[in-house]
Amino acid sequence: MSLFDLFRRGSAPIARERLQVLLSHERAACGRPDLLSILREEIIAVIGRHVSFEPDMVQIKMDRRKSVSTLAVDIEIPNPDRMLGVIPH
Amino acid sequence: MAQVLVVTSGKGGVGKTTSTAALGAALAHDGAKVVVIDFDVGLRNLDLVLGAERRVVFDLINVINGVAKLPQALIRNKRLESLHLLPASQTRDKDALTEDGVAKVIEELRTKFDWIICDSPAGIERGATLAMRYADAAIIVTNPEVSSVRDSDRIIGLLDSKTAKAERGECVEKHVLITRYHSSRAARGEMLSINDVLKILSTPLLGIIPESQEVLRASNVGSPVTLNNPQSAPARAYFDAARRIKGEQIPMLIPGETRGFFNKLFSRKAA
Repeated sequence: MSLFDLFRRGSAPIARERLQVLLSHERAACGRPDLLSILREEIIAVIGRHVSFEPDMVQIKMDRRKSVSTLAVDIEIPNPDRMLGVIPH
Repeated sequence: MAQVLVVTSGKGGVGKTTSTAALGAALAHDGAKVVVIDFDVGLRNLDLVLGAERRVVFDLINVINGVAKLPQALIRNKRLESLHLLPASQTRDKDALTEDGVAKVIEELRTKFDWIICDSPAGIERGATLAMRYADAAIIVTNPEVSSVRDSDRIIGLLDSKTAKAERGECVEKHVLITRYHSSRAARGEMLSINDVLKILSTPLLGIIPESQEVLRASNVGSPVTLNNPQSAPARAYFDAARRIKGEQIPMLIPGETRGFFNKLFSRKAA
């Protein structure tokens, strides 16, 4: 929206557009407000069966965009060799 | 058959208590038996807006705890015999409000009254969820302003998921009541228009209450605006909203303007 539009139409159209974008995100999240925490718990359980790591080192991010959303899971797994203080070859 | 209404909003200061008092008086005006219940435990104000603050002896929590019987806690309005108030307690113990306790009180009120109007506290905590819990219909009070509209959207989500009716697979009937509306500011594009708000919330409109000195004056003297000055623009708008709650079809007017809102909308579009 140009400065000219703002002058001519007032700030209400900006308010309307901001609300429409925000609420489309919030409504998606509100359908499953606990989705991220559920995903987090289950991912920790599955990975934990095979690899040991600190649950605090798990980061889950969900990014919602208009056409696609992305889910990023970042788990820091300590290297077993380093834990023993041995530098790998 | 009794109807349970909840007046809610999410955001504070938008006019829930004022609207509860004004709609309660408007519904009671033709003799229907109305009770307004204050759910704002610890921060009650409906008693003050109705001018009954010095007559509170027992409250909702006392009734729930069995300290008092329901008729002992009900306060009859001095000017309007059919309007009653069930005040909130002024103690800070919000946990005293229990789901079973509220259910029992509402059930008993259903046998005595035509309209039961629950004035919700702001927020989405216990008091607010219990106020909407047993509602048949909801009035969502919204100001034409971004934070109020966002919170209303959140409350609509709760009405569709956390109420007893929603859990039974039914739907709580929802209406938006727009308060503090300046038609001239909306026309200049300085304020969200009625159409913007309705489109965003996709919920039908119950009424438009204009910003007015009369609303403040009525709460100053402790009388609902619909009793204090029934001819004023906000009072007429509340009377129209009350008739729509009863199911009457009446044209939506922005008080102070001669043409109907929808007529105006269509004539502008045609131009």
